[in-house]
Amino acid sequence: MIKVNSKSSSIVANLRTSLRSDSQVFELEVKSKFPITGITAILGESGSGKTTLLRCIAGLENNVKGLLEIGETTWLDDKHCVPTYEREIGYVFQDARLFDHLNVHGNLQFAVKRSHEKVKKVFFEEVVSALDIGHLMKHKPDQLSGGEKQRIAIARALLIKPKMLIMDEPLASLDNARKQEVLPYLAALQNRFNLPMLYVSHSTDEVCRLADHVIVLHQGKVVIQGSINEVFSSARLPHVYQRETSTIIKAQITEKNERWHLVKAEFDGNMIWLQDHNQSIGGTVRLRIIASDVSLSLNNEKESTILNRLEGRIASIQMDSRGSTALVTIDLMNTEIVAQVTRKSIDDLFLMVGMKIWTQIKSVAILG
Amino acid sequence: MGLTDSDINAIWLTIQLAFTVTIILLIIGTPIAIWLAKTKSWLRGPINAIVALPLVLPPTVLGFYLLIAMGPNGPIGQLTEQLGLGLLPFTFWGLVIGSLFYSLPFVVQPIQNAVEAIGQKPLEAAATLHSKPMDTFFHVILPLAKPGFISATILGFAHTVGEFGIVLMIGGNIPMETKVVSIQIYDQVEALEYAGAHRLSAIMLGFSFIALLLLYSFQKRGLANKFRIGR
Repeated sequence: MIKVNSKSSSIVANLRTSLRSDSQVFELEVKSKFPITGITAILGESGSGKTTLLRCIAGLENNVKGLLEIGETTWLDDKHCVPTYEREIGYVFQDARLFDHLNVHGNLQFAVKRSHEKVKKVFFEEVVSALDIGHLMKHKPDQLSGGEKQRIAIARALLIKPKMLIMDEPLASLDNARKQEVLPYLAALQNRFNLPMLYVSHSTDEVCRLADHVIVLHQGKVVIQGSINEVFSSARLPHVYQRETSTIIKAQITEKNERWHLVKAEFDGNMIWLQDHNQSIGGTVRLRIIASDVSLSLNNEKESTILNRLEGRIASIQMDSRGSTALVTIDLMNTEIVAQVTRKSIDDLFLMVGMKIWTQIKSVAILG
Repeated sequence: MGLTDSDINAIWLTIQLAFTVTIILLIIGTPIAIWLAKTKSWLRGPINAIVALPLVLPPTVLGFYLLIAMGPNGPIGQLTEQLGLGLLPFTFWGLVIGSLFYSLPFVVQPIQNAVEAIGQKPLEAAATLHSKPMDTFFHVILPLAKPGFISATILGFAHTVGEFGIVLMIGGNIPMETKVVSIQIYDQVEALEYAGAHRLSAIMLGFSFIALLLLYSFQKRGLANKFRIGR
């Protein structure tokens, strides 16, 4: 999916910083290298250092040591520290941070005037229409809803013509309805402007829906990172996210079944049925199969309500030494799927690596 | 209104003094106020205290020290003499220096309060939008802290117009040079010219009332930057 081989296409962030507030000291120590393409999500609970990491990358924290390279540009090393205003990033803060003394148009022009690259009128209009904010131009920030503010903040960050867009939980301050209002714009943004994005979130739903690459932070350290599927199908996923363990795949819609309101989706030579949500034939969808929604059977149980059954071989079994479960990775045709089952079942069925097995998929989430 | 030439000279001199002092204070007070609003340095406390000293110190004390400092054996006096400016006590510019110290808190504190109320957030947002520090000052801090700057200007001007003790200490009462309105009133009362004192006092009262009225009507609009003096 994403290839990281040359220095020029990746971000190297080896950063250390410590923040003091009152009597508390928070230490962040990150060693990470991630691709500069697509959407990279930084996932973690509150207090794990997600925002601090973003602020270090943007140059908003003072006391940062280490190395920060964006492609071939060095923003931080032993000798230099490029100030924030020279880093070519667009930063979307959790709380929008529009300038109260300017109306929406003024806020957008603030970016246009300071972009290092000339912002053509066509691009301006494209951004305005992509975020659907044309009707708000004369409004002052205090006349806008939370969702509108956030869309304008995103537009403003795009208009600086950044090399990378950094988003700090842009949806966190919004209620659910507003979230649903902004989320589609975010998903479309990456395709439309082909801009690498760094996206902080504590919501696995958002991350699974948007991200290509994930970095999981815990207490200021990277616990696991990789492509979205590598991270979410890993047994090393931190304990708090264990219930979220899942297989995330891209599939192509190949057939519609009008009678049952189902569509057929194919991935790497495997086939599953999905509910018909008006997906177009030939289109790709991102699917999430939660590991605990997958059960295993020694034979193909045709007399079952479960529609999606795939044959494969057990590639690995990882026991959770602290709990009752185990994570089983099954080799399908050209891909892998993970199942979370009880350790007792593994024992009862004498499951072993290399065995032929049938996976039964109880539900599939379509992430768009 | 029956103002004498001497009255008009005093009024004109007072306006010149207040104007000069206010302009200089806005220029030197703004960086001090912004630094005080943002710094986490241990020096914040001491500098805040020094800026606020004229609020509690008798003007005579401030005037006494300045008189010594600007005199032939004081550091300021030696400097001005070396620069060929002569000695400053009992001159207009001596009065300007005295007033700068005396009115400093009235300019620094409203700006400091306004900048503190803005906080770091809009400034960080500006930096991510390629705005350099001076650019951010003129296009973010200045417009957002406008009520604070207006308060600072009105208070700096009005307070300089209203000073007396420090002028008496380092200015004396030289017509056209250091004889400001408050001194003129003092002289008139001393000479039992109550009619003249009444006229000038009424003008001062009216001016001060209008200045404060302006100040508080601005504050009604800019709620975030309420003027507080003394911290």
